[in-house]
Amino acid sequence: MILEQQLRKQLDTKDILLITHIVLGYPSFDVNREVIQQMVTNGVDCIEMQIPFSEPMADGPVILKANQDSLAAGTTVEECFVFAEEMTQRYDIPFLFMTYYNIIFAYGEEAFFKRSAKNRIKGLIIPDLPPEMAESFLEFAKTYQISPILIYTPTSTDQRMKELAGYGNGFIYCAARRGVTGKKSELGQDFDSYLARCRSATDLPLAVGFGIQNKEDIDVLKGKADMAVIGSRTITLVDTEGTEMVGSFIAGLR
Amino acid sequence: MDKNGFFGNWGGAYIPEVLHQTFQELTAEYTRCRNDPDFWQEYLHLMSTYSCRPTPLTYAENLSAHFGGAKIYIKREDLNHTGAHKANNVMGQGLLVKRMGKKRVIAETGAGQHGMATATMAAKFGLECTIYMGEEDVLRQRPNVFWMEKMGATVVPVKDGSRTLKDAINEAFRDWVTNVDDTHYVFGTACGPAPFPEMVAWFQSIIGIEAADQILNYHGKMPKKIYACVGGGSNAMGIFKRFLEEPDVELIGVEAGGHGAESGAHAIRLSNPDAMPGVAQGYKTMFLQNSDGQMKPTHSVAAGLDYVGVSPILSDLWEKKQVRFESATDDEVMESLDITMKLEGIIPALESAHAFAGAFREAGQLANEDAIIINQSGRGDKDIFTIAHAFDDPSWKQFIIDRGKEYLQQ
Repeated sequence: MILEQQLRKQLDTKDILLITHIVLGYPSFDVNREVIQQMVTNGVDCIEMQIPFSEPMADGPVILKANQDSLAAGTTVEECFVFAEEMTQRYDIPFLFMTYYNIIFAYGEEAFFKRSAKNRIKGLIIPDLPPEMAESFLEFAKTYQISPILIYTPTSTDQRMKELAGYGNGFIYCAARRGVTGKKSELGQDFDSYLARCRSATDLPLAVGFGIQNKEDIDVLKGKADMAVIGSRTITLVDTEGTEMVGSFIAGLR
Repeated sequence: MDKNGFFGNWGGAYIPEVLHQTFQELTAEYTRCRNDPDFWQEYLHLMSTYSCRPTPLTYAENLSAHFGGAKIYIKREDLNHTGAHKANNVMGQGLLVKRMGKKRVIAETGAGQHGMATATMAAKFGLECTIYMGEEDVLRQRPNVFWMEKMGATVVPVKDGSRTLKDAINEAFRDWVTNVDDTHYVFGTACGPAPFPEMVAWFQSIIGIEAADQILNYHGKMPKKIYACVGGGSNAMGIFKRFLEEPDVELIGVEAGGHGAESGAHAIRLSNPDAMPGVAQGYKTMFLQNSDGQMKPTHSVAAGLDYVGVSPILSDLWEKKQVRFESATDDEVMESLDITMKLEGIIPALESAHAFAGAFREAGQLANEDAIIINQSGRGDKDIFTIAHAFDDPSWKQFIIDRGKEYLQQ
C-alpha cells in the first residue's frame, strides 16, 4: 500500500534507508520538533513517533525513562496527535506511530485510526498486539490505509514468519536480538542466517532495529536489509550532548 | 477459556512477538499436564509432603460468638509452606518447569510471599532464581527479602513507575524477553497473558477442593458465603473455583479500599466505578487508569493488593454477577486484624485481613445454623514492621531504635 510504495521509491536511490525513533513529549515537544528538523534535513527516511505509555513492557531503560518523564511532564494523547499533524504537514517523509495497545484501546480503535489517517500517519507499530489479538485492528488498518508493522524476532520460526507476513504491511520490523530496546546487538553469523530466514519469509521491505548504534552497524546491514532503525541511540545523544549533535550524527551514518 | 485465552470479554494474550514460541510451548505443556491425571497426583503428593496440605479449616468459635450470627470458619493457607497460598501455584509451575527443562526461573512479587515461594521452589528444584520487587515493597517487606536472598535468589529492587507490583511485572517481562530460551516466568497470580490466569487458578483450586470436603465434614452442609481478598485474585479464584458449582453459595471478593473509595488512594477495580476496561501486562481486564489509558497510582496498606489490574476470570465472574465485590479500608483492616489476633490467636496477613473485614461486616446478619468461610491467604508475621508501625506500637519502636543504635556502634 502507500507506505511500502513510498519506501520502495526511496530505495531506488539509496542503498539503505534510515528510520529514527523519538518519544513524544520527551524531553519536550519543542525538543522533538528541533530533533525531527535535524533528522529530516540530514537524510532520515522515516520517523517513528512513540506515544508514551505508563507500562512500556518491551522497552529498555532509555526509552522507559523517556516514557515516564514525558508522562510526568503531562503529555497527553491529544497533544501527540496535534504534534503529529504539524510534522506530517511540514515534511514529506513517512511518519509512524509506535505505542502500546492500551493507548489505542482507550481512545477507541476506529477513532484512533480515523484520527491517524487524518493526520497522515502511514503506519503503526504496536509491540504488545500480536495478530491473534488484532482482528478488528487489522480490519481498520485496511479501511484507513495505515500499515500495521509486524515484528520478527530471532525466536520466530519460519512458519511463524510466513504467518506474520500475511498480516503485515509497509515493511517488517526485524528485532536484531531477543530482549528490550537499547542494548547493543551482535550482528554476526547467527544474525546473518536469521536475516536470511526473514528475507525468504516475506517480500516486504525489512527494517532491522534493536541496538543499531553507529555507521559500522549500518554498513553491516547494507545489502542484507532495506532499512536500519536507530532508536535509543539518538535519545541518549540528545540527553548527553544536546539537540545540535543529532544532525551531524545522522549525516555520519551513511 | 476460549482458544484465544479469553474468559468472556476478558483475558487474551497480548504478548510481544519474541515470546510467541515460548507461549506455544508453555500452553502445550500445560495442556498435557491438565490432561494427565498422574500430574495432579504428583502435585498432591508434593504438596502433602513438602508443604502442609490439606491445610486446616479452623472453626473460629470466639469470633462467631462475638458477631452473633453465622459460624465463622477460616481456611488456613497461612499454614501452607512459606506462609501463604502462593506456594500452591509456585510448586505446580515448578513441576511444569522441570518437564520443560528450563534452568532458570524469574518472578515478580508484591508482598514478597510469591517471591519467597518461588525462591523456595528454586532452591528445592535446583534452579537459578531472580525476583523482581518494587522498591517501595522491598522497604515494606524487608523480612521476605532477607529470606529470599538466604535461599539463594537474587532480589532486584525495581525503581521505575510506581515502584510496586505492576512495575515488578514489567521488569520481569523485560528479563523474560531477553532470556526466553532457558528461563520460565513463574507468574504469581491469576493475571497476565493466557494461559497464566487459568493455569494459576487451576493450581490454586486445591484450596476450594479441600475446603468443600472440610466444611461438609464439620458443618454437614455447604456454607452460605465465602470471603476472599482480591489483589490479582489467585487466592480468591483458588477458593471460589470449586464453589462456583454450588449455586447457593455466595462468593464475595474484598478489594483494597486504601484510604477509602472517594480518596482516589485505593486499589478498587471492580466494586467501584473508578476502573475501566484496558489492556496491559499482557491481558485485558478492568484497570485503574486515566482516560488516555495511562495507569493510575494505587494504594493499599497491603502490598499484595496494591495492584492496578485484576484477574480476567474475576472480571468475567463480576460481569456475570457470579461473584460480588466489596472493599475494606486500611483502617477497617487494622481493626479486623486486631480482633482476630485477640479472640482467636491467629495473625492474618494484611492482605487476608481484608477478607476478614468483609466477613465481619456481614456475619451478624446470618443465622446461627449458617456457616461462612474466610480464606486466610497468608500469615501476618511477615508484616511485623508494617503492622507494628500501623499500631504505632511503643515497645516495638523502642526495640528498633535500640537495635539501630547497636548497629551504628559496630
